Amino acid sequence: MISVTPVEHGAETPMRDAWGQNLVDLGGEFSSLVVLDGDLANSTKADVFAKALPERFFEMGIAEQNMLGVAAGFATVGFVPWVSTFAAFLAKRALDQIRVVIAQPGLNVKMCGSYSGILTGKTGKTHISVEDIAVFRCMPGVVTIAPADDLELRGAMRAMMHDDRPTYLRLTRDPGPTIFPADYEFAIGQAALLRDGGDIGIISTGVETIRALDAARQLAADGVEASVLHVPTIKPLDVEAVVAVAEKTGAIVTAEDHSILGGLGGAVAECLAEHRPTRMRRIGIRDVYGESAPNDAMLEKYRLSSRHIADAARALLGAGAGIGARA
Amino acid sequence: MTDTSTRSAAQRMSSEELARISMRARRLILQSIHDAGAGHIGGPLSVTDILVTLYFDTMNIRPDEPDWPGRDRCILSKGHSSIALYTVLALRGYFPVAEFATFDQLNSRLQGHPDMSKLPGLDMSTGSLGQGLSPGLGMGLGGRLKGEDFHTWVILGDGEIQEGQIWEAAFVAARYNLANVTAILDANGLPQFGWPHPAGYTRETPYDDPAAKFRAFGWHVVECDGHDHADLQRAFAASKAERSKPTCVVAHTVKGKGVSFMEGNYLWHAQVPADDDLTRAFAELRIEGEAQ
Ligand SMILES: Cc1ncc(C[n+]2csc(CCOP(=O)(O)OP(=O)(O)O)c2C)c(N)n1
Repeated sequence: MISVTPVEHGAETPMRDAWGQNLVDLGGEFSSLVVLDGDLANSTKADVFAKALPERFFEMGIAEQNMLGVAAGFATVGFVPWVSTFAAFLAKRALDQIRVVIAQPGLNVKMCGSYSGILTGKTGKTHISVEDIAVFRCMPGVVTIAPADDLELRGAMRAMMHDDRPTYLRLTRDPGPTIFPADYEFAIGQAALLRDGGDIGIISTGVETIRALDAARQLAADGVEASVLHVPTIKPLDVEAVVAVAEKTGAIVTAEDHSILGGLGGAVAECLAEHRPTRMRRIGIRDVYGESAPNDAMLEKYRLSSRHIADAARALLGAGAGIGARA
Repeated sequence: MTDTSTRSAAQRMSSEELARISMRARRLILQSIHDAGAGHIGGPLSVTDILVTLYFDTMNIRPDEPDWPGRDRCILSKGHSSIALYTVLALRGYFPVAEFATFDQLNSRLQGHPDMSKLPGLDMSTGSLGQGLSPGLGMGLGGRLKGEDFHTWVILGDGEIQEGQIWEAAFVAARYNLANVTAILDANGLPQFGWPHPAGYTRETPYDDPAAKFRAFGWHVVECDGHDHADLQRAFAASKAERSKPTCVVAHTVKGKGVSFMEGNYLWHAQVPADDDLTRAFAELRIEGEAQ
């Protein structure tokens, strides 16, 4: 775990723009990097790479199962393929391919799922992905990363290039504020403590961390001091960091733009149940599929806003002593 | 640097020599499945001559250096025929034949379906049908990008090509003019259970005229007798000579080839031979001039 002081009022940068540019930068450095696209390059921003390094960009068409298999073949002949499509299609349409020719042989393929979570630009439930973290996290050997902002994404992609494990990178569509300072050093498996408070611990991943920080500010206004632990690597989980925050606060709220089943909330619950039973609430999608609607309305209906996180914290504190409550 | 692994045309194996190796391979296949008490029979016997021709004649490989980057790749997409591939690899010197005693046992390198993370010499893990052609494309695209001239051979079952992913890959391979990839179709007309024939207890072939279908997808197609080593050599050479398109070699085969009571009988897809089945089969699989 490292402690990081988040930037206040950071610039709004779309993660997908940063992703495309990072690929170009890394591609310039690593001649082994190739990019595979499933006919979505102008949505995912792989088109930036296609323009800059066309000989290493491979359009695979609308054929995701083949695309993941082609990536496996590339990996066996010395390339590091970065595959990109929407998270919903990556994690489900091509799942058996990922299992058999990538995860089982442990091939170095970087699987990028863009448009994850419920904020997918009014595309509706077919394009919404609320199970991808759960799917990848339970596959033996697959590293699962969900960065919070463009700056952390840059560090994550660099770290991935220096790591040879199959990895899932969870990306989002819409702009969000940069919360990480320029000198932040991302490491796979390392959680970042963004706020240190003793009353309650909020553990979050991906862009939901931005709302977790807002929730902590709202709680502070009421005199409740929250720790905020951002967990960009859901697997391998930074167990020590999770346990340390639970030790310190005695009450944990997890927050993610993903199902409460099997994602970060599930991972933290499993971890704490074994290492330090702690009272918990999970903020996330409650076992339903989404719909197409404006972002604010979606966050409200599916209870992912900062207010919902803060309310869950208050409810948990108000619920009094239970398992693992502080003396 | 001289390349000791590449045979010049004059040194190529005669089809008679290849036939003798195939005979030995078939005996080993039956023995191994009998001893392990599990595994497939029909598919391995049908693909034996294809594998023997590839590994003993066509492919540019170094058995003592299985990871040699310049090697030709071979993906047995119909991974349930693993025992045929293991047999040919062992006979070719990749690992000792004695290792067959471990087939399907705990911690063995010889898994029920080929596991590239266990056994050197396997270019891809397979077993979930329909998946092998796509990694072959990745190898072909990667080889071309690196400027290397190795060839990638992918062996498909004719039941297997019912999987949609095969046609995704067929489409993309043609788009990229992947002439350094060859798909070899083990066209034995029988999958596992198959399509019932309206007339009774026989089975219908899963795919009608696969050659026409690959041609329609933009592939160069060569048909051959998948049990005639000379014909296989000719088809593989024609495939390497094609410079602008991927090739599909439609190898017409017989499921269970070499053992009369197994041939064309779908029940031998994955049946374990009993002791007397083995005796009867060995009586048919004789190598002339050799004590049995
Ligand atoms: C995706 C998938 N579905 C089903 C199976 C089970 N299965 C193993 S072999 C087989 C029949 C294969 O037929 P074919 O491709 O014609 O092979 P061959 O006849 O040469 O054995 C089936 C259905 C599998 N291994 N993978």
